[in-house]
Amino acid sequence: MDAVPISWYLTLSAFMFAMGVTGVVIKRNPIVIFMCIELMLNAANLAFLAFARQQAQLGAQVAGQVYAILVMAVAAAEVAIGLGIIVAIYRLRDTINVDEMNLLKF
Amino acid sequence: MNSVFDLVWVVIGLPLAGFLLHAFFGKRLGKKAVGTVGTAVVLGAFALSVYLLAELLKLPADQQKVTSTLWRWIEAGSFRVAFEALVDPLSLLMALIVTGVGGLIHLYSTGYMAEDEDYPRFFTYMNLFIVFMLTLVLSNNLLMMFVGWEGVGLCSYLLIGFWYKEKVNTDSANKAFIVNRIGDWGFTLAVLLAFWTFGTLSFAGEGNMFQKAVEMKQAGLLSPGVITAIALLLFVGATGKSAQFPLYMWLPDAMAGPTPVSALIHAATMVTAGVVMVTRCHVLFELAPVAMLVVAVIGVFTAIFAATIALAQTDIKRVLAYSTVSQLGYMFLGCGVGAFASGMFHVTTHAFFKALLFLGSGSVILALHHEQDMRRMGGLAKYLPITYWTMLAGWLAIAGIPPLAGFFSKDEILSAAFGTHVLPVSIGQILWAVGLVTALLTAFYMTRLMGLTFWGEPRWAEAHAHHGKDDAHGHSGQPRESPPSMTVPLMILAVLSVVGGFIGGFAPLHIPNRFGRFLEPSAGLQVLGEEAVGHLPVSTEWLLVWASVLAAVLGLWFGWARYRAGLPESERELSGIRKVLYHQYYYDWLMVKGIGLWLGGKIAFWMWQFVDGRLIDGFVNGIAGLTGWVGNSLRRVQTGYVRNYAFTILIGAMILLIWLLVRGASAGLAR
Amino acid sequence: MFVQILFGLMAIVIVVTSIGVVAVRNPVRSALNLVANFFALAVLYLLLYAQFVAAVQIIVYAGAIMVLFLFTIMLLNLGSPAELSERGEIKRPITWGLALLFVIVLAGGVFSRLSEAQPAQDDIGTVQMVGKFLFTDWVYPFELTSILLLIAIVGAIVMAKRRL
Repeated sequence: MDAVPISWYLTLSAFMFAMGVTGVVIKRNPIVIFMCIELMLNAANLAFLAFARQQAQLGAQVAGQVYAILVMAVAAAEVAIGLGIIVAIYRLRDTINVDEMNLLKF
Repeated sequence: MNSVFDLVWVVIGLPLAGFLLHAFFGKRLGKKAVGTVGTAVVLGAFALSVYLLAELLKLPADQQKVTSTLWRWIEAGSFRVAFEALVDPLSLLMALIVTGVGGLIHLYSTGYMAEDEDYPRFFTYMNLFIVFMLTLVLSNNLLMMFVGWEGVGLCSYLLIGFWYKEKVNTDSANKAFIVNRIGDWGFTLAVLLAFWTFGTLSFAGEGNMFQKAVEMKQAGLLSPGVITAIALLLFVGATGKSAQFPLYMWLPDAMAGPTPVSALIHAATMVTAGVVMVTRCHVLFELAPVAMLVVAVIGVFTAIFAATIALAQTDIKRVLAYSTVSQLGYMFLGCGVGAFASGMFHVTTHAFFKALLFLGSGSVILALHHEQDMRRMGGLAKYLPITYWTMLAGWLAIAGIPPLAGFFSKDEILSAAFGTHVLPVSIGQILWAVGLVTALLTAFYMTRLMGLTFWGEPRWAEAHAHHGKDDAHGHSGQPRESPPSMTVPLMILAVLSVVGGFIGGFAPLHIPNRFGRFLEPSAGLQVLGEEAVGHLPVSTEWLLVWASVLAAVLGLWFGWARYRAGLPESERELSGIRKVLYHQYYYDWLMVKGIGLWLGGKIAFWMWQFVDGRLIDGFVNGIAGLTGWVGNSLRRVQTGYVRNYAFTILIGAMILLIWLLVRGASAGLAR
Repeated sequence: MFVQILFGLMAIVIVVTSIGVVAVRNPVRSALNLVANFFALAVLYLLLYAQFVAAVQIIVYAGAIMVLFLFTIMLLNLGSPAELSERGEIKRPITWGLALLFVIVLAGGVFSRLSEAQPAQDDIGTVQMVGKFLFTDWVYPFELTSILLLIAIVGAIVMAKRRL
């Protein structure tokens, strides 16, 4: 399993992250924006696990796995709430175009 | 540092205790207690000063400079100033004068101010004045001296305007304080410049200012311009405080205060502070010959200028005020030609006879129910005998008749001017000549004063009559001699005026100058050396002596001839040249009305309109406006569009990332 | 050899599907792309000795979170892309450019200089190993996470009620 250099995993992770950021800036549908956020979180997970393989001690190596699990738990919680918010906004405004939610301005 | 000289703080502390007591409890203690305590603390300080003098004289002459630190006052980086007292011949001499003559004047005041309701307030201010004056003379650095300097100015203001219900008194007090302030501006600049040049402001002890000045001069590091500037600026301060031309005009108006105040502050002590300061800093002046010349010239000019004005005054106190200005000019003349000890000698004798003259005039004024115009006096010799005989002593002393005190001190200064090598010899001789003429004038106007006041026919009858036999004060129609509280100080001062001169010695008769020797550690010429003062051959000395005596006698004779019968007809009204002299050649009018009110008014108006209104207000409002404008512009960033925010964050993050990487690369991030 | 081929395959899937999440218009299609992405990721996790994480990835992410997403999309009837078409704006090309820049800078500047993988046991990512550490060294974050999930539940319920 050491045939693939760690830097390739990391590059992949960076690519996913970049795509996620692009989606957040470009898309108008908040649900899709959320999905791009999930993409970014997964990129982070991949990075964690890749770096965990670079550690010397057992404790540090397992730590990377634990981080990934915790990130997933947080992501799950965040999705639950986030989607709830989107549904609530849709009920109120009957649209979920992000550009329409601009009351917090000067 | 537990030496006996630490008692010097008690010398200052006694009058301070008196001040506090009177300030807080004066009204409750009653007049008798206030007067007693007020006088006792000053006389107690005098006794202590005598003791300290005895202790100081036990030390060898070159060690007669002892310092005593009370606390460290300012320590800001390299700027260190402490509340330090210097016990040396000069400071003790002045302390003795201040507390001795001051104590006598306090005693006199218990009689003079007896009828006044504000009696406690008077003694409060008087004690406070003694505190500040002692701080001034006993200080060991310029800054502490400045504290005393300002303090006496404050007390002068408080005491001149003591009877504040009359506007003319408060106006005079304001004038005194403001003119003084102008002088203080010079003093402050001098202090700053001195610190910048020398790094220290102390007078004695390790690394003091004078030591540094001499060292710098010897190493060629001291530019003549700088040291001359320091000396001249110090002299500007002295001009203000000691009423020399052009800042003398406050002193005649200061006569609005009670007579004891005029005697203490404006004759014996505060006005001599300038001379004390110049003597204290004599090393700096010696290093700046130009400044010495300025001091001497202004001194002698003021002397003759004021003497001419005194000829035409009708108010008895004003004659004495101008006389004080004139005599102060003599003192500065002495300093300017290098005879600092002689200048201080004249300070001492002047304190005696001028205080005597003022207190005597106060006695006259009180006897005539606050009448001060000499044209309404006359013939008082037989009604006020003690006052008359003591003032006689003062009159002869100031005129310079030997063997009274004034002769010795004045003659010393004139000889020093004639023979000095500090200034070019011809200039010295011119100064001597002017001084001689002034001596003649002095004798003349003082004789005029005596004549108008004590000789001839009484002219006070008409003015006095309408007080009536049983007026509110219960006085009878005749002027009566003053109570002992007032006459005892007169007598003591008269004795001092008569015999006080002998300690100055007399060269032609080979009487040693004990005073000069005593003052040597403080006032001896360090830089220029003894030869600079010049030693005249004995024959020349005798010549000068006879010239002085002749001038005095001539002045006396002219005065007696004109005024022995009282007021001549021509002087009843002011006219002609007399009027010009009376109005000080209109100098005061020019200064106050012209420059002060008109020019000052214009400047004040401009400052208000332009500097305050447009510059400063504009600046402040402008800052507020600028803040508003920036805020207004920046608020447009808050668009409310989340995607824009995300975009901005992305750009920022990219910039940060690239910057970090570039920095890391240049720092060698090689792994 | 096998590993490298597998990695390459999965890498291609990941790249294509990530671009797909962003580039397609239909949100349902985006979601499906993301699901494929997650599956490929799970395989990569296996290659990194993270067996437990891989399993959890499929169960939680692909199995629960993505279902929730699709459910919400269907509920709000956003299947048709007509109303949410994005017009051309200046942000789009700049953002694409910056994203590419990001990847290139990181990959070139940082990742290429990193050290190699360390030798490790095969079972660092197994359930037993992860569990051992999770309940000893990391018990505190573990408990906190459970509280976090509780908060999420409460929040979701509050959000969903018509009247509080």
